[in-house]
Order: sequence, then C-alpha cells, then structure tokens
Amino acid sequence: MLAAAVSRVLSVVAQKPARRVLLSSCNFSNKATFEMKSCDLYLLEKGPPVATVLTREDGIKYYRMMQMVRRMELKADQLYKQKFIRGFCHLCDGQEACYVGLEAGIKPSDHVITSYRAHGIGYTRGLSVRSILAELTGRRGGCAKGKGGSMHMYTNRFYGGNGIVGAQVPLGAGIALACKYMGSNEICLTLYGDGAANQGQIAEAHNMAALWKLPCVFICENNLYGMGTAIERSSANTEYYKRGNFIPGLRVDGMDILCVREATKFVADYCRSGKGPILMELQTYRYHGHSMSDPGLSYRTRKEVQDVRSKSDPIMLLRERMLSKQLTCIDELMEIEANVKKEVEEAAQFATTDPEPPLHELGFHLYNNNPPFEVRGPNQWIKFKSIS
Amino acid sequence: MAAVSGLVRRPLQQMTVRDAINQGMDEELERDEKVFLLGEEVAQYDGAYKVSRGLWKKYGDKRIIDTPISEMGFAGIAVGAAMAGLRPICEFMTFNFSMQAIDQVINSAAKTYYMSGGLQPVPIVFRGPNGASAGVAAQHSQCFAAWYGHCPGLKVVSPWNSEDAKGLIKSAIRDNNPVVVLENELMYGVPFEFPAEAQSKDFLVPIGKAKVERQGTHITVVSHSRPVGHCLEAATVLSKEGIECEVINMRTIRPMDIDTIEASVMKTNHLITVEGGWPQFGVGAEICARIMEGPAFNFLDAPAVRVTGADVPMPYAKILEDNSVPQVKDIIFAIKKTLNI
Repeated sequence: MLAAAVSRVLSVVAQKPARRVLLSSCNFSNKATFEMKSCDLYLLEKGPPVATVLTREDGIKYYRMMQMVRRMELKADQLYKQKFIRGFCHLCDGQEACYVGLEAGIKPSDHVITSYRAHGIGYTRGLSVRSILAELTGRRGGCAKGKGGSMHMYTNRFYGGNGIVGAQVPLGAGIALACKYMGSNEICLTLYGDGAANQGQIAEAHNMAALWKLPCVFICENNLYGMGTAIERSSANTEYYKRGNFIPGLRVDGMDILCVREATKFVADYCRSGKGPILMELQTYRYHGHSMSDPGLSYRTRKEVQDVRSKSDPIMLLRERMLSKQLTCIDELMEIEANVKKEVEEAAQFATTDPEPPLHELGFHLYNNNPPFEVRGPNQWIKFKSIS
Repeated sequence: MAAVSGLVRRPLQQMTVRDAINQGMDEELERDEKVFLLGEEVAQYDGAYKVSRGLWKKYGDKRIIDTPISEMGFAGIAVGAAMAGLRPICEFMTFNFSMQAIDQVINSAAKTYYMSGGLQPVPIVFRGPNGASAGVAAQHSQCFAAWYGHCPGLKVVSPWNSEDAKGLIKSAIRDNNPVVVLENELMYGVPFEFPAEAQSKDFLVPIGKAKVERQGTHITVVSHSRPVGHCLEAATVLSKEGIECEVINMRTIRPMDIDTIEASVMKTNHLITVEGGWPQFGVGAEICARIMEGPAFNFLDAPAVRVTGADVPMPYAKILEDNSVPQVKDIIFAIKKTLNI
C-alpha cells in the first residue's frame, strides 16, 4: 500500500516535464535528521527515540497523504452543506498526522479498527478518496456500495468504521486474538477517543488483552473533547495513557507525524515481541466540531481553534521541517497540493454523479455464502431478493 | 422376508441433549482448526452445565478459553476474531447475560455484512441456555427468541431434542453468518433416541427448515424448544379422544419456515402456537401475522391461538412458576377451545 502511494507520487511528478526541469534544478537533500518531543511513559523503562531520520521520499509521501486527508475532509464538509451527504459526518481534519503516522509505523499486513471518525484512517489504510466520497454520498461506487455511509467503511485489514462508541475496542482485541491464534506475527491497532475511554467495555478489553497477552495496540485519540464535553468534565483521570492500569502506555504528540511514526514503530515492536498489549495516547485536535451538525464553538473558543491551527497544524509542521532541511521546495509542495486538489475534485465529481444503488439490491448482503431468498419490504406484497 | 433377513437391526443409541451438543462441538473443533470456544467456565469447569465437558482436556487452552465475567468484552472479542477469519463459538452462561453484550451481537455481528456491502462476513456462533429453568426466578428465566428473531442479519435456531441439538450446532458452526443457538437447560439431561445418520460426523440439520414431529389431521400445533415435548404429550392424550394433532418443531426461529406451517394449516384448518416466552410481540404473534398474510388464512376454521409464558417476570414460588409457563393441560385446553370441543 505504501509502495502504491509512492508510485502515485512519483508518477504524478513525472507527468509535468516543464516543472520537473524546474524542480530538478533545486538541490534536494536525500534525508535529514529531526528531533522530536519525548513521550511521557507509563510502566515503561524507555520509550521511542527522540530523533529520527526522514528521507525525502517518505517526507513527500507523508505530505501528500496528509494533504489528501485534509482536502478530502474539507470536500466532505462542502458536500454535506450542499446536501449531497446526509446523516452523520464526523471529520478528522487536524488529526492527519495521527493516521499517516500510524500507517507509517506498521505493515500493510497489520490490522486497524477505529470509531466513526474513520474517513482519514480509511484512506491511509487503502480506500480511495473516490470510494470514500461516493460512500458518503450514498452511491453504488462507494466502498460499501452505499449500504454503510460515513461510519461503516471497510477494506482489507481495516474493520471500519464503527458507530457505537467504544464497541470497536473489544472487536480490536478479538482481531489481535486471531493474529496470535494464527501465529501470523501481525498486530491490531485499536483506536478510540477520549470520550470512549470511559466505556466499561474498554476496561474489559484491557483486562483480557493483558491476561492473554494479545498483540493489541490500544490507541486513545485524545482530541480534548468528547462531542461537546471537555476531558476535564468527563474523566476523573485525563491521563489516558495511564488508564490501561496494568498495561504500559505512552503519550505522544499527535500533531507531529514523525513522533507518531516512531511511537507506532515502538509499540508495534513491543506487541510483536509477545509482551502483550500496550496503550498509546495521541494528543491531537480536530478543527471541525464533533460532527457536521456541531459548529464546535459552544464548548470551545474560536481563538483556541485558531491557535492550534497557527501553531500546531500537522501539515504545516511537516512542511516547515522539510523546507528547513532542503528536503523539498515550495514549488514542489505547490505541485503536490495542486495534484491532490485535482484528485479530490475528480473524486467529488464521481461522488455526485455516480448513480445510487439500484433499488432491487436493497435486500442483498444479508447473509454470506447463502442461497438466495426473499426479504420482506414495507408491506407483504413488496419483496426484495436477497443474494450474498 | 428375503429382503428383511439381510437387514441388521442396530439398537438405536440414546443420547442426551447435552452430549449431543458436546459431540457436535467436538466434531467441528476437530474438523476445522479455526473453530474455538470461549465463555465463562467452559474450560476447566467443563462448562457451567457441563456441556463442554472434556473439550479443554482434549483441545487445550488455545481452543477452549475461560473468560473473565465480561460479557460485553468477550462477546466483542469473539466478534472481532470472527471478522479476522476465525470461527468462534461464544457461550453465554445463560442468554439472560447476553443482554450485557447485546450491542455486540446485533450492531457488531448481525448488521456488519450488510453495512459493509458484503465485504465483511462474521462467522460466529452465540450459544447457551435460553428461557425458563426451574426456580431461578425473574432475572435468570427470560426467553430471547423474539428479541433475537427480530433482527435481520442474524440466524436464530432453537433445538428441541438431541438430533436437533447436534445437527443445528454443527450447521451453525459451519455457517458463515452470526447464528444464535438457543438451548434449554432443562433439556440438557433428557435422553432421546439418536438415529444412525445423526451419529455421522457430517450430520447437519439445515437452518431454516421446520420438522413435522407428528402427523395429524385436526389441528396444527407449532412450537420450539422444550414445549415441543409438551405438545407431543398433549397430542398423545388427545389421540385417545380421537383428536389427531400435527406437531411441528420449528427448529429455526429466523429464517422462519412458514411454508411448512402453512402447508399444515391448509391441511388441518386449525392452528395453535406454543412457546415459553412472553406473549407480546412473541414468536407466536409472528406466526399468526404471517398466516394471515398467506394462503393458509382462507383455510382457517377458527382464529389462530397462542399458548405462551404468563405475562409476568418469572416468579420463584413453585406454584407460581408452574403456572407461569405453558403446561400440557394449557395446550390441551387451547386445542379443544380452537376445535370448539
């Protein structure tokens, strides 16, 4: 998946010969070392490294992916306001470094499960922007054929997209159990928010994961608000990385993609070594409100949002770092942004023109590997055929 | 006589429902290494009701897993394992405790294949004792057939005898979809004749097909689980009075085999349903509604009648409990009322 992303970047760059000449005249470094904030540790002797090497190739890839998530979410905002998207729509702009960093720290063969705020991580896991936007607009080209919507997107080794707060956490522990059972050396990243952290079933999952040493990385995305409730108002203990009790944890700067990447590699190694589960708190921030029906300003100030944007924006941080060490130049970044914009526009075009799923498929996909049968509609004379 | 002399008459084996479920699970555990069992006390205790006796000794910790008392957690873990490709059997010590985990059964298991547009199957079995036991009072006696039967995406089965129990648990485990198996604690120790074909390792009872346990001409009596036995007792008593009941064992709650019931009603012209659960919005209510919608309605000579548990939380005192569940006399009374006798 990462190789595919790289080749996407390189093929796009190769299509612009004129600009390529301009870019080739810039002298880029191949890589640079960057320092990061150290992580707060709990029940751990040592943590991830505080410095890491970023190659130019990786930097460009991460930049492109974060821009793609950002643009995609902003496009979803626009489509929602234009009423192409209905129901719930939970956006993750501001949290891009979390998703791109997590993916950079694991293997494509690992597993990921998350909450309803799933568009960004669905993309980094391999869903195309096209299939995500078309699912949001409820079209047949959506990744769930229009049957799921915003909260129910799935792909290989990505288990959604879960609408019930916290329910994905035992699921993730179960996926990890399957990894251990089959001896695959794979791990499962199980994401949940600061709001979900107070769900009892998460404590149950922690207990069983620790008891059975499941290769599960519990990841608390702490964006400071559970819907409209600030963490101080919901949690007696807001140090979520310690809430695993007997499970070691670390608290990570979720706005720094390199910090997230290194922390992810660290926790992935920990799990793969058979030591059992580990907990990672990502300190991050969402620019949008909880969902599209929340302006996000009744429980926090506009100034707070603007401060985060101007001081800690994850895309800005990466850009500044890369420019400061000549890993890229402004022209190249602008080119990437133009290409990302184009891809998102095309995806939105598809998402607003692709037809809705055919009515006669309403009953499809109730049972897997099952002979066809009839499904009752709104009255006894309306019947839908159901096939697997 | 020449043909008969070649037959070897094997005595029919007797098998309790408990042993039948045990055998069914054992065979499936052996057949497919992805199958495993988890739940409270399933391993070292041999099962709270001894249904999983011997399995931990045979298959070990990896495949027979004792869980802490964390229904929502371990049901979710089981569903996640199923999503990732294993074939878990998740035991609830009784289905009353499944209420703690019902979100995982419905929202995580039942709906996922549909919501994902057919991308993510969930091959899981939820099993355990359902409904009334004896003297366990209100919180431990609820029947969940109607609740689980309500939900699209689930399959729900309710075995009565040993043949049902073994065949249905095996079909459930082999099914790629979430299947709820509603067993009955009072039936676990009851022995039944176990036909030869049921002794095969590939013996399956199809999900979605009812069985006519007793042919009859005067009235159709539809039931599931333990009350099937009461219906057969009632039929025996009534037979002496010249009333021949056709007793149908539903075996599956969802998808319901309404065709078998309709064909029977079109023959007998009378229908009663018998279940242990509460009357409102129950299995019998659904059968009556469907009969009205189908061809069998015009063949009814009397309104369809339901026999159910009393509309109260299960009381403890024996006289009260006995009168809160359908007894043979209640079934006989309902049949005679329907036949206007």
